[in-house]
Amino acid sequence: MKTSLKWIAAMVPGLTSDPQEYTDAMTLSGSKVEFFVKQNADLDKIVIGQVNKIEKHPDADKLVICQVNVGSEEIQIVTGAPNVFEGAKVPVVLDGGRVAGGHDGVKTEGGIKIKAGKLRGVASAGMMCSIEELGATRDLFPEAPEYGLYIFDEDAPVGEDAVSYLGLDDVVVEYEITSNRVDCFSLIGLAREAAATFDLPFEPPVVTATGNDEDVNDYVSVEVLNNQLCSRYTARVVKNIKIAPSPKWMQERLRSQGIRPINNIVDITNYVMEEYGQPMHAYDLDQIVDKKIVVKNATNGEKFVTLDGQEHELDENMLMINDGQKPIGIAGIMGGENSMITDDVKTMLFESACFDGTNIRLSAKRLGMRTEASGIFEKGLDPNNAMAAMDRACQLIEELGAGEVVGGAIDIYPEEKKEIRIPFEPEKTNAFLGTDIDAATQLAYLQKIELGYDEATKELIIPTFRQDLLSFADIAEEVARFYGYAKIETTLPRASATAGGKSFKMEIEDIARDVAEYCGFSQAMTYSFESPKVFDKLLLPADAREREAIKISNPLGEDFSVMRTLSLNGMLASLSTNYNRRNKDVRLYELGNIYLAKSLPLEELPDERMQFTLGFYGDGDFYTMKGAVEEFLAKVGLNDRLTYDPAAGKTFLHPGRQAKICYDGTVLGYLGEIHPVVAANYAIKDRVYVAVLDMPCVVDRASFVKKYTGIANFPASTRDLSLVVPKDVLAGQIEDVFAKEGGAYLENFELFDVYEGAQVLSGHKSLSYSLTFRAKDRNLCDEDVNPVMDRIIKALGELKVTLRQ
Amino acid sequence: MMKEKLEEIRQKAVSEIEKATDPEMLNAARVTFLGKKGELTAILKSMKEVAPEDRPKVGQWVNDTRKAIEEKMNAAKEKMEQEQMNHRLANETIDVTLPAKKHKIGHRHPNTIALEEVEKIFVGMGFEVVEGPEIEKDYYNFEALNIPANHPAKDEQDTFYINKDILLRTQTSPVQVRTMEAQKPPIRMIAPGRVFRADEVDATHSPSFHQIEGMVIDKGITFSDLKGTLQLFVKKLFGEDTKVKFRPHHFPFTEPSAEMDVSCFKCGGKGCRFCKGEGWIEILGCGMVHPKVLKMSGIDPEEYSGFAFGIGLERIALLKYEIDDMRLLYENDDRFLSQF
Repeated sequence: MKTSLKWIAAMVPGLTSDPQEYTDAMTLSGSKVEFFVKQNADLDKIVIGQVNKIEKHPDADKLVICQVNVGSEEIQIVTGAPNVFEGAKVPVVLDGGRVAGGHDGVKTEGGIKIKAGKLRGVASAGMMCSIEELGATRDLFPEAPEYGLYIFDEDAPVGEDAVSYLGLDDVVVEYEITSNRVDCFSLIGLAREAAATFDLPFEPPVVTATGNDEDVNDYVSVEVLNNQLCSRYTARVVKNIKIAPSPKWMQERLRSQGIRPINNIVDITNYVMEEYGQPMHAYDLDQIVDKKIVVKNATNGEKFVTLDGQEHELDENMLMINDGQKPIGIAGIMGGENSMITDDVKTMLFESACFDGTNIRLSAKRLGMRTEASGIFEKGLDPNNAMAAMDRACQLIEELGAGEVVGGAIDIYPEEKKEIRIPFEPEKTNAFLGTDIDAATQLAYLQKIELGYDEATKELIIPTFRQDLLSFADIAEEVARFYGYAKIETTLPRASATAGGKSFKMEIEDIARDVAEYCGFSQAMTYSFESPKVFDKLLLPADAREREAIKISNPLGEDFSVMRTLSLNGMLASLSTNYNRRNKDVRLYELGNIYLAKSLPLEELPDERMQFTLGFYGDGDFYTMKGAVEEFLAKVGLNDRLTYDPAAGKTFLHPGRQAKICYDGTVLGYLGEIHPVVAANYAIKDRVYVAVLDMPCVVDRASFVKKYTGIANFPASTRDLSLVVPKDVLAGQIEDVFAKEGGAYLENFELFDVYEGAQVLSGHKSLSYSLTFRAKDRNLCDEDVNPVMDRIIKALGELKVTLRQ
Repeated sequence: MMKEKLEEIRQKAVSEIEKATDPEMLNAARVTFLGKKGELTAILKSMKEVAPEDRPKVGQWVNDTRKAIEEKMNAAKEKMEQEQMNHRLANETIDVTLPAKKHKIGHRHPNTIALEEVEKIFVGMGFEVVEGPEIEKDYYNFEALNIPANHPAKDEQDTFYINKDILLRTQTSPVQVRTMEAQKPPIRMIAPGRVFRADEVDATHSPSFHQIEGMVIDKGITFSDLKGTLQLFVKKLFGEDTKVKFRPHHFPFTEPSAEMDVSCFKCGGKGCRFCKGEGWIEILGCGMVHPKVLKMSGIDPEEYSGFAFGIGLERIALLKYEIDDMRLLYENDDRFLSQF
């Protein structure tokens, strides 16, 4: 929403604030000003001049020398403008003045300074300007020539300030109006706010009775068949229309609002639209069959051509304005070509109605035509404003002599919208705001914005244009904003004890972040939605459960259309980005949800499972990743019963380098090397390792319970075992044997060497372990340890594991 | 006679000790003079040849000599060790400006760093950190927040829908409702999390971003409490000198509502390119929880009141770390992440 500051000031006598003061005060009282533009900020010393005499330039074909009367004197100006003529009244920048930009319409910040000088040897004391040089456009000043000087009308007073004569001395203020304040999408609404903000009188236009002795009902009849979608329909008739330009004052105000003046009738509708925030429509009454208006829904598949010449297909939920035979307008959106006003119009029908906002919004959306009128209607207008706007328009018709207003008005308004009442509770307001504003002051604030007060019942009477004021809290806000949010004290809530803090789940996630980072992984964040093509990229079989993803019904595109069911794609895509930017040795982790539907199509909310995903390429291998996983699990108390099962069954992982991560028999996640084909799908020509932990499973089992078990006082006895192991026997199996046969004294075992190569029997590998035995209460001797070692070696023998000779 | 001999031994020993240039030579001297087969020991062994009445005197002489040699020896040893130490230290001088050997530690995402700062401040004020679902029911995301069906605000938020009842939450505000349904006042909570809106990706928009919701519900909570709490928060986040400004605004689920601006921490409020010349930066939306919302969530608005606020996490991160393009936050380029 934007307003001319001059227009606002016309309704708020005494408003003399400069634009910055106005901006600050209005913003703090709730009408946020985005910015303001001083139209004449870059215009200086520009007067109306008259060209008295034109001579050829001796040295330039395209230039002429003009003697120009600028009121106080006659000056000589050299110009190249093609449209200059003797007697022309033109804007003249005097020596030392400024214009806003060039005649190509490109503005220069701070303007362009004009100095007296010589053009091809001939003295020139200033410059005659085009409309663009004055910072305006031909769109708003259609009478200006496409190329050349702006030529004033013959009445223009020579020597006067050209900028104010053109009305370019206004300030245009742009606001951000919130959707609840429908009343502020109008000059009157914002002027009311300004008056209240600055505590000045508010003087909206005084609308007087209009119309001749005739009766509108003799001209036209109106029938509304859908009162749900059209709560009020008012109509008046204007005859003997004389199309002409509107007066200068109206044109200036429209221009300041960014609206191009067209003719008196169009300008009046636009003017009232700006002033009252009520869209109006004018029909050529002579084109209306049976002189009858019927407001009803369209039929499915019906076609209709709007006044912009476009054909639209309608449906039964769209409200139409019809004559006795056919539709003549889409209610609240756009009129029809068949009934539009032309320059030949004799008699017209003015329509000012109130249509259902939601219906207009949805209809406009389906039609793909959000017009200025629909944009206003969809906010949900006050039906009581419709007739006020209608009467104002007719008043302007009479004032401007644009036609003869027929007496009376048609007003179909079956259910009048009534003012509501809200108790005036000043103490409660103070208690709610934390203020101490006396009742009289509070009431004064409210009365300034035209709320009524019933002393007998102590109730506030809410005018219908304030449909946002419904309850106590709304009134408290009105008091607060005129008292000033800034003046309300700052306090802290009186203490009711609340524990505060993070949940156990969040603490586990914090540890995941800490450990990942200590292990060299940086935190990534990727989107929750991705392309369904991801499943193919990851080589998932056609019946994979991961393919049962939740689809977004209105995605931004296929690439963002399904909710992820596994977290790998984001990780691989991020690693790919890094790889392709030649970043070396990149390690990333992410904590983010996957979304698993309990059934599809979705009937209840899905299972959102936090995944701890790690990935890297470059320095490191499978065991590096395994190390990171174990560091994390150990920190959350899950190190004692951890096992790895190579039968992880992940299609996207290297078949010989993957494992399920199990804790006490439950799968916590998986880790492995990315399948080379998958890595290639992500354009990574390096080995990529990933690990994914399902955090709900981890959180369920995690524990921070720790108990001190004492520090061993007696020395340990260590034994080394160098084993020759068949290749298909896993270290895990050997370690299971240690755990099972190690007995009470086996404190620890550690793999210190792995060797595969020439010196080992083919089909075998060599593993060397160091086993530590210790008793808590005494020194161990060979008699304690030897039998255990024998048992271990015997059990290993069953796995075809032998001692290296 | 004996005395001269001892003096001779002493002089010989001193001379040997002085000649010694390394511990071996010194040790050799020790063996020669003080060892089991050394010259002094030989003298002691020949004590039986000394007249018994002279023995204490001679014994004293021998001991004095031993002591003198030992002292000399120890002094020489100490000196030698000192020299050796000095020599070693001199040789071991390194170039301390050579590169460090580092265990490469990873970096936290700037969003998380910002979030943790915010969380720390609120947890310190007794707020609990809670979470809610990212795929949410229309009821919680809109209706229970006083945004009924067909409300224009639903369009404004460009919602991703799964179906007509289920959507990707457009705000963390539904967690307000879920918390009020699950908990009795007093409530002090913040709810950080991922939210979604159908915005095309560009330097200032992302279809997926994060908010931090906050809410306090108790008896007698006032608008001035809202102001005080949030002012304390931004002073802790952006520094003690930060000024705040509350502007009236509109949110369907709070009344009165406000937007809060903070004085630009780059220029201190004078106006710079960072704050687009305004001196103020918009930081969050807030307000008193709408009585209708309280009621719908099962809390009696006559007994309790409260305030709520919503902070754009990315906004905080972008501002705090002067990141000029939101896309950087989701590309995960190591060269970006390593700067945090």
